[in-house]
Amino acid sequence: MNELLSAILPTVPPILLATLGEIYAERSGVANLGVEGMMALGALAGFALAHSSGNAWLGIFAALLVGGLAGMLHAFVAVTLRANQFVSGLALSLFGVGTAGMLGKRFEGATLEQALPESAFLVIAVVLAGLLWFHLYKTRGGLILRSSGENPAAVDVLGIDVYRVRYGAVIFGGMLAGLAGAYLSLASQPSWTENITGGLGWIAVALTIFAVWNPIGALLGSLFFGVLYYLAFRLQGNPNIPSEFLRMAPYLLVIIALAFGSRSRGRGTAPEALGLGYARGER
Amino acid sequence: MMRFLEPDLNPPRYKVALVSSVALILAALASSLVIWGFGVNPLEAIGAILKGTFGDWAGFAEIIRRAIPLLLIGAGLSLAFRAKFFNIGAEGQLLMGAACAGGVALFSPLSGAVGIIAMFAAGFVGGALWCWIPAFLRQRLNVSEILSTLMLNYVATFLLLWLIGGPWKGKTVFGYNRSDPFPDWAILPLIPGTYIHWITLLLGLILSVILQIVLLRSRFGYELQVVGGNPRAAQYAGISSSKVIFGVALISGGLAGLAGVGEVAGIHNRLLDPSQISLGYGFTAIIVAWLARGNPLTVILSSLLMGFVFASGDVLKLNLGMPTKVVDVISGLTLFFLIGSEPFMLLKRRKKV
Repeated sequence: MNELLSAILPTVPPILLATLGEIYAERSGVANLGVEGMMALGALAGFALAHSSGNAWLGIFAALLVGGLAGMLHAFVAVTLRANQFVSGLALSLFGVGTAGMLGKRFEGATLEQALPESAFLVIAVVLAGLLWFHLYKTRGGLILRSSGENPAAVDVLGIDVYRVRYGAVIFGGMLAGLAGAYLSLASQPSWTENITGGLGWIAVALTIFAVWNPIGALLGSLFFGVLYYLAFRLQGNPNIPSEFLRMAPYLLVIIALAFGSRSRGRGTAPEALGLGYARGER
Repeated sequence: MMRFLEPDLNPPRYKVALVSSVALILAALASSLVIWGFGVNPLEAIGAILKGTFGDWAGFAEIIRRAIPLLLIGAGLSLAFRAKFFNIGAEGQLLMGAACAGGVALFSPLSGAVGIIAMFAAGFVGGALWCWIPAFLRQRLNVSEILSTLMLNYVATFLLLWLIGGPWKGKTVFGYNRSDPFPDWAILPLIPGTYIHWITLLLGLILSVILQIVLLRSRFGYELQVVGGNPRAAQYAGISSSKVIFGVALISGGLAGLAGVGEVAGIHNRLLDPSQISLGYGFTAIIVAWLARGNPLTVILSSLLMGFVFASGDVLKLNLGMPTKVVDVISGLTLFFLIGSEPFMLLKRRKKV
């Protein structure tokens, strides 16, 4: 049991952190498909600063900053310019993964003097899931956040700036995605390789729906995906089950989960205004 | 700001072209910044690109070669996007098309022109069926096609990896995970001195003309525009949105499958690693379709533009040692600036009353 836990837990922090960030963005009404890109940029920024300064903790700040900036870029295009959120997120993923891959070339093969403990990220992620759940459902701030994703006009009527709420949520989401990237490059690997994120960002986007936009659901979901990755790893080399099938399992599972999920719960659970730009004073 | 501006829902063509051009120039400037960050002088990079692409016929042929898959996929996607079916799984559909064509080439007793036709047919069916899944999930189970097509990209990648490392692994390739080379009949003819597999190119040109006619002159095209423009109106008019969605899914998936056939039978002549078969054509084709504003015929131009981006990536890689990822950077920034320019296109100065 202990062995199983120690095998599953390392995959939890990056998926959970990125999913929590995406939940916040989508709760505010902004879908961000750029998680994969923000994660890659965060991973590189974290590693670059940690490597050149010799202090891995500084890397965390770089990852948070760059992740937040990437989120802000998406917010500008999707909230201020009101462009198609899905296409903008896709552009962010292309740009983020590409830029990190390019600028990261010089760090390939470099090592860190000291790696960060994986357990610290795990504790932070799990505690954050609880805190965000509390914030989302038990505080006024959480209510405002959820409302701007459900009925932005109502929030506007209260005299609260919907744009500011959405910017805040998307930037926060970017910071968490950056942190998820830093976990990969500073704690679990710890090094920089191209394609370090390996599709985890897309898993986070899917897990957001799987978790019904609930932080506690995200915690359970990331544990579940942890088990899947563990199985894929353990069954590698088993001649009866090709490893490719196990590696495609998480993606297949997301599709199956979406199919069943939408059937039993209906669409009512997604934020009403998700994916829609909001223009002040427009009917 | 809105005091001086008002919505312009049908912007004149020159305005669309002007705003798009400004967006493209800004994207090029932003890309130069990243290139500079990598440690290469952007002016030097631009010089190398111009010399390597427009400098001679061989360079220009590279643009066309890269534009072929983008043309096929982009033409299909432009219809899909018009119907508001956001198929972003062309990458996976391309791979499934390639795999099906590979199956015909490696294991069927066919040969000659019949064989080539069978290969393209198999590729179309493979891509179309792969896109039928998300259409079915959307229409019957309310699953967002954006997520399902995205996930199916990964599933297709691993399926192909399994094929080339397992049952279809070549007998003569030893350590590599790839299939045996295709028989001679299954190798598409090239324009001498280039990598332009002209059969696929011709197919792309003909299909984009046909799709433009279908879009503007047929009943299906009309229904497609109504469903994409105003789903509720379509419902009142008795138009079956299911028919339209399944239609555009099969068309866009099938065309992506054809692009896959061209890549494996025209360029590589065997099945090999998915990342080598497609350099991300499925994603870049989204930009191609976006630039063409839903007109298959305009895709001919926009696919050449993005083909130029790919060819530039090759030049930067060969001459200046830059990683292939530079193509993703340019594509991503181009997409950003294009969608960001939309509001400027759709507003005009308010007339004094």
